[in-house]
Amino acid sequence: MFFAAAMTSVIISALIVWSLARETWTFVTQVEVAALWTDGWFPRRGMYDVKTIVVGSALITGIALAVAIPIGLAAAIFLAEYARPRVRRVLKPVLEILAGIPSVVLGFFALTFISPQIVQRFTDASQFNMLAAGMAVGVLTIPLIASVSEDAMRSVPDSLREASYGLGARKVQTTLRVVIPAAVSGLVAALIIAVSRAIGETMVVFVAAGATGGSLYSTNILGPGQTMTAAIASQAAGTDQVVGEGLTFQSLFFVAMLLFVITMFLNLVADRFVRRVRQSY
Amino acid sequence: MTSDQLPELAKGSFRMHTSASPPEVSTVSNATDEVFKVADLKVFYGQFLAVRDVNLTVQAREITAFIGPSGCGKTTVLRCFNRMNDLIEIARVEGSLNYRGIDLYGPAVNATEVRRRIGMVFQKPNPFPKSIYENLAFGPRLNGVKKKNDLDDIVESSLKRAALWDEVKDRLKSSAMGLSGGQQQRLCIARCVAVKPDVILMDEPCSALDPIATARIEDLMQELKQDYAIVIVTHNMQQAARVSDRTAFFTTEVNPEGDRRTGVLVEYNPTEKVFSKPDDTRTEQYVTGRFG
Repeated sequence: MFFAAAMTSVIISALIVWSLARETWTFVTQVEVAALWTDGWFPRRGMYDVKTIVVGSALITGIALAVAIPIGLAAAIFLAEYARPRVRRVLKPVLEILAGIPSVVLGFFALTFISPQIVQRFTDASQFNMLAAGMAVGVLTIPLIASVSEDAMRSVPDSLREASYGLGARKVQTTLRVVIPAAVSGLVAALIIAVSRAIGETMVVFVAAGATGGSLYSTNILGPGQTMTAAIASQAAGTDQVVGEGLTFQSLFFVAMLLFVITMFLNLVADRFVRRVRQSY
Repeated sequence: MTSDQLPELAKGSFRMHTSASPPEVSTVSNATDEVFKVADLKVFYGQFLAVRDVNLTVQAREITAFIGPSGCGKTTVLRCFNRMNDLIEIARVEGSLNYRGIDLYGPAVNATEVRRRIGMVFQKPNPFPKSIYENLAFGPRLNGVKKKNDLDDIVESSLKRAALWDEVKDRLKSSAMGLSGGQQQRLCIARCVAVKPDVILMDEPCSALDPIATARIEDLMQELKQDYAIVIVTHNMQQAARVSDRTAFFTTEVNPEGDRRTGVLVEYNPTEKVFSKPDDTRTEQYVTGRFG
C-alpha cells in the first residue's frame, strides 16, 4: 500500500513531465525561429521573445537575492552562534511563520507598501515595477536561506569551535574563520535553493511586477517586467482566449519546461552540496 | 617564562589583576617556576557543585597528570586553567587560580588572551576541515602574523616540534581530514605549539588513539616538557605513571545535599609516590585497581 502511494507520486511526476514535453515538442517544431528573438514577449501576437522573460526572471531573482542573502545569512549566524537557547526557541518559529505567508499576500504587500516607497524616491518609477516585486520575493526567501544556513552552521561540531577558542580566537573570529568555512557547502546549498525558489515564485511577480498581458524587452528594474512564471500565469488566466491562438497555448508549456529544467538542475546541484555537508563530519 | 615574552604580555589586553609590574612577575616566575597555583578551587554548574577542594601547583618543565574515575572533575578543573569553562554559561568558579602570579579569574583578565598563552589539546582530534598548512597558520594569523615567510617558518617549526613534519611536508596543502587519527592529534599539538604558548593542557589526548599512536604522543610529550608545562587528564593510570612527574588523584564523593556526586582532589604528590606509597588509602585502592 505504501509502495502504491510512493509510486503514485512518481507516476504523477512522470505524467507532468510527459505532458510538458509533448506540448513543448509541438511548440519547438512548429515555431518560426525568428519569433523567438523579437522585441518582447507577446505570445498572443506570435512574439515569443525568450530573452525578455529569462532576463526578467534573472533580474527579479537578482534583486531578491540581494535582499535575502545578507539578511538571511545574518539571521542564521545570529540563530546558530549568538542567540541564547531561549531566544532561539522563540525566534526560529517566528522565522518559519514568515515562510508560511501566502505569496499572494506578499504580492499585495509589494504593490501597496514597497512600490509606493520606491515611486516616492525615484519619480520615474512605475507603480508596477520589478524592484518592488524582487524585494518582496527576497522577503519570501529570507526564511529559507536563514533556516538552511542555520542548519548548516549548527551541524558544524562544537569541537571545532573549541579548537578555535582554545587557540585564543574571539567569537567573531571563530564564526567567520571556522564555522562559516566549515559550513560553506551547506551555505552554497541554501543559496541555490533560494535561487530556485526565487525563479519559481509566481504570485508576487504576477501581482506586483505588472506586464500581465506581455512585455517589451526591458532591463529597467523601475519599470514593469515579465518573468517566466508570470508569463505562464498571465496567459493561463485567460484560458479560453489562449486556446484559440495556435502556438500561444504551446508556448506556455515551452516556458514551463524551461523553468522545470532550470529549477531541477539547481535542486540537483544543491542536493549534491547538502550531501557533502553530511559527509564531512 | 622568558623575558622576551613579557612585553607581549604587558601590551596585550591580558592585564595584571594584582598591581605587580611585568619585571616583578618575571622575577617571581624565575625564582619558583611555579606556573599555576590553585587554592580551594570549587566549580559549580548552576547550583550543582561539580568539584571542590582543589589545591595544587603546576611546575614549569614538568608533566602533571590528573587521574581518577569518571565524573570526578578532572576535565572540569583542567578547563578552568584556560577559562574554557567560560563557554558553558552556567559554570561558575570559586577559590583562586593563579597563573604566574596573576589571578586568572580576575576582572581585568581577558579570556581569549589567556587561551593564547595556555593552549589545549582535546580528547578527540579536532583539526579544522582546512589544509594542514591552514590549520597551523590559524593561530599565528589571529596574533597578527601576516607575512607568508613568517607563517611558513612557524608552520615548519611547529610541525617539526610535533614530529609530524617528515610525514606531511609534501602535502601541506592537502586537507587535514585525510590524516590518520594519531597524525591528526599530533597536528592539533603542532597547532597548539604554533601560537607559542607557555602551558599545554591535554584532555585525554590519547583516548581515541591506538597504542602505537599513543606511544608517539607520549614520546612527544617528553620532548615538549623541555619547554612547556604540560597538564594532562588521563583515564589510563599506566599512562600517568609512564609520562608524568606529578599526579593528582581525584575521586567522587556522595553529596550530602543531593544524589549527584561531587569531585574532590584526594592526593597530589610526585607520581612515583602516588603509585608506590600513596598518602591516602583511596588513592592506593584506585591505583592498585581495587576500585574505579
